[in-house]
Amino acid sequence: MDQFAIDVSSLTKKFGSFTAVDAISFKVKRGEIFGFLGANGAGKSTTIKMLCGLLQSTSGTATVGGFEINSEAEQVKSSIGYMSQKFSLYDDLTVVQNIKFFGGVYGLRNTKLMERMEWAVEIAGLRGWENSLTKTLSGGYKQRLALGCAILHEPEILFLDEPTGGVDPISRRNFWELINQLSEQGVTILVTTHFLDEAEYCNDIILIDAGRLIASGSPTELKTQHIADPILEVSTDNPVEALEEIRSRSWAVEVSVFGTKLHVIVEDEGKGKELITQALRRRNISVSRIERITPSLEDVFLYLLSEKSGKD
Amino acid sequence: MTPLFAVLRKEFRQIRRDPTSLGMLLFLPAGLIILVGYALNFDVKHIPLATFDQDRTVQSRDFLRAFGRTEYIDHRFEVRNYEELEELFNGGRASAALVVPPDFSREISAGREVGVQIIVDGSDANSASQAVSYVSRMISEYSLQLTSNAQFRVGQGEFQPFDFRPRVWYNPDLISSKFLLPGLIGFLLVLTAVVSTSLTVVREKERGTMEQIMVSPLRPFELILGKTIPYMLISLIASSVILVLGYLLFDIEISGSILLLYVAIFILILGALGQGLLISTVTNSQQVAFMIAIFSSLLPSFLLSGFVFPISNMPMILQILSNIAVAKFFLVICRGIILKGVGLEALWDQFVYMSIFATVVLSVSMKRMRTGQNSK
Repeated sequence: MDQFAIDVSSLTKKFGSFTAVDAISFKVKRGEIFGFLGANGAGKSTTIKMLCGLLQSTSGTATVGGFEINSEAEQVKSSIGYMSQKFSLYDDLTVVQNIKFFGGVYGLRNTKLMERMEWAVEIAGLRGWENSLTKTLSGGYKQRLALGCAILHEPEILFLDEPTGGVDPISRRNFWELINQLSEQGVTILVTTHFLDEAEYCNDIILIDAGRLIASGSPTELKTQHIADPILEVSTDNPVEALEEIRSRSWAVEVSVFGTKLHVIVEDEGKGKELITQALRRRNISVSRIERITPSLEDVFLYLLSEKSGKD
Repeated sequence: MTPLFAVLRKEFRQIRRDPTSLGMLLFLPAGLIILVGYALNFDVKHIPLATFDQDRTVQSRDFLRAFGRTEYIDHRFEVRNYEELEELFNGGRASAALVVPPDFSREISAGREVGVQIIVDGSDANSASQAVSYVSRMISEYSLQLTSNAQFRVGQGEFQPFDFRPRVWYNPDLISSKFLLPGLIGFLLVLTAVVSTSLTVVREKERGTMEQIMVSPLRPFELILGKTIPYMLISLIASSVILVLGYLLFDIEISGSILLLYVAIFILILGALGQGLLISTVTNSQQVAFMIAIFSSLLPSFLLSGFVFPISNMPMILQILSNIAVAKFFLVICRGIILKGVGLEALWDQFVYMSIFATVVLSVSMKRMRTGQNSK
């Protein structure tokens, strides 16, 4: 059996003259959580839709669970689960009726269906609410019920397209706990998100922009391999003017605002600290602290995206 | 539980959860049949008639008296000049008038021809032409009577060159509701079936559940059957309601085979459901789907089916165009079975046309269902 659950090579999708996905290639190992990152409109959803058989690819190939996505779409569909940001449930049906419908569509019956229904109610935390109309549930419950419905048939591979959109932070945390449990049980999970803290939960990540693959690797690899220069975190009382000031200097490789702090990439730690202090003192901006930090994924992605646009 | 059964059960549950729509599907046809049966009536009766007798003799009064003896004409006004007549017409109180010339009785006694003027309000063309035909028929009857009286007097006995005995088949009393009901069944069924199916699919697209279904192994024909069977049943119930009401309220009996009639209804609905599905594959919002569904079903099945406006009176181009209205073929079948009591031997070609329409529309929509996602 293949080591990879998903194997994508030069997958391309064009809508007329617009290229939504441009020759993307990547591999997803069995049982891992694979993060698919990128801005809105970068081509994440389009890629997922091709892998799920919702869209035909223009060129390139991919296998999902060992099946080719275009020629063996039916087999692909039986081995995957899919959940989108819409939490596609029937609002006018009850919790149990929704589960029964999706179970039925996947051909579950009798005791198996009952067993999975119990399980789905359990993971959604909806015990006692089985006969409530779905429209009365809050976002977090809908999300977990939608997830339960998407994996009633125990697929090997699960696609999650922006699964935590519109959900409060606690529900998001609970949701990720569920995802981790599934991954431990051997389910391969491909998840798109633009929350970078969520990316930290992933074993492997790819970043795409304008339909093209920009970087890939584990979160640690990404953080250590791409930015060789030190990053300084500058605490100041006026980050906006400070940003303006530092950005105009040629010695600053990259500057960005993180809350009330600035992250500045410089070539040398000691020299950088000195230059920043001098530059800001001249503008009468007080600096309370400057220290070197290890880059976050956000630093890396901002760096990579600006590098790329610099090259174009 | 098979996937098809899962879809069916879900559809029925959703329909039950939405009693307003179900009520509309079942009782809108019933409401319309009552409305149309009583209100949409082309029979012209009680035409308000005004007379202007310039002669004022025994003869002229005898002539005008004839118009008070029929239910088609109400002799309401006697005027003394044209101004009064104009006033009555302008106010819409009279829609037909007879003007008797001053020398009426003198000319008749002398055996000469007399001109009697009929004035009709033409703003309602249908009533006007009927009024003209009633009034002129009564005048010619009167003149025939005078002729035969004269002949009798000179000893020739009664002689009429033609004995005219009209006999109307299938609808002897020429009751419009009998003629309209079959058309109404086709019109209503097409309308409700197209609208309801197009909405049920587009609603799923809007909610994103369609996407969820498309990633499942559910096959397109299972989805289509699951979506159409419930609406097929509702439409069959609605047509039964119409037929029963037609019988109870308007004495419309089905002279031919009820089974054959239901076969026709079944094929008609099949085509309409296919049309609804086709609409749902090209739109992504319920509003747009609703508009397209209404236009594409209401206009052809109302205007081009021969429901109200006879196709033989249309310009050639519209006559050709009328073939896109599947209700047109159904109407012929429906009138044939209900009024004439004829069977397949007379109607088979209409069945063939309807089946072709249903097959084409259903297969195109099924093909589009399968690939429709790619065009987005």
